[in-house]
Amino acid sequence: MEDPIHQFQIENLFTIGHIGPYEIAFTNSAAFMLATVLVICALLLLFTRKDGLVPGRMQSLAELSYEFMAKTVRDSAGTEGMKFFPFIFSLFMFILVSNLLGSVPYGFTISSHIIITVAMALFVFLTVIFYGFYKNGPRFLKLFVPSGIPIYILPLVSAIEVLSFFSRPVSHSVRLFANMLAGHITMKVFASFITMLGAIGLVGWFGAVLPFGLIVALTGLEILVAVLQAYVFAILTCIYLNDALHPGH
Amino acid sequence: MDAATATLLAKYLGAGIACIGMGCAAIGVGNIFAHYLAAAVRNPSAADGQFPRLIFGFAVTEALAIFSLLIALLLLFAV
Repeated sequence: MEDPIHQFQIENLFTIGHIGPYEIAFTNSAAFMLATVLVICALLLLFTRKDGLVPGRMQSLAELSYEFMAKTVRDSAGTEGMKFFPFIFSLFMFILVSNLLGSVPYGFTISSHIIITVAMALFVFLTVIFYGFYKNGPRFLKLFVPSGIPIYILPLVSAIEVLSFFSRPVSHSVRLFANMLAGHITMKVFASFITMLGAIGLVGWFGAVLPFGLIVALTGLEILVAVLQAYVFAILTCIYLNDALHPGH
Repeated sequence: MDAATATLLAKYLGAGIACIGMGCAAIGVGNIFAHYLAAAVRNPSAADGQFPRLIFGFAVTEALAIFSLLIALLLLFAV
């Protein structure tokens, strides 16, 4: 029987070449990233092609996700934040669709690998720092000095603000990674209960109904978590970018 | 008990103890949603407007749980 973390194994589909000692290969992770991008393109380009005044099912799905994210960005980062809307919308759609594709049986969950989530979170983090200094100059450092704080506890508050600022990419990336990893391991552990019970005979077949029902419920929960974590990632990106746009508290 | 066994024991015990923090953060997350629900039932028309703040509070609280999970994972796989 395969262990519950076998699903996260990265396998080479075909090797492209070598750069020094490193192998450059097209992996199953890359294949699912490509599939994710294709699904997003199909949803946003193909189904809005008709441009009906009364949208069809797929067109309204595309429009709903677009308008939902546009409203979220406008509410939490202001109208100036809308220049980052393409970035945030791409992040949201990529995480959402890759999480949902990962929920398909035999699928590979891209965001269950910390290198992917760290890459995205660090990109957001560096964007905030560079854009904050580009737009505000040294005034960006006001982020760490909240106004209206008595002078004698200001050093302490500033230290906490700096610490929380630099722990952002950690929590931002590990949140998505840990949620996807833990959820998928739980599902596979319950799936192994079914095969274990099924192996002991007819009584086991009836007993296996229980973990099977739980798996159905857990799959529903996983879909909820997939959507929620994509939304959380996007809205935290908005809030962090809001700090770069308006650094004063 | 030799030193290697004691290190292993301490490692697994530490990982288990670190997970207590996740349980405590779970209480916090439950509190956030409980209070949101209580407020939303009192004033349903204002509930939708506060949803981003609910998610933000949830994310910030969950970050603390993630830090303790990180400690547990580091103890298990990195130390």
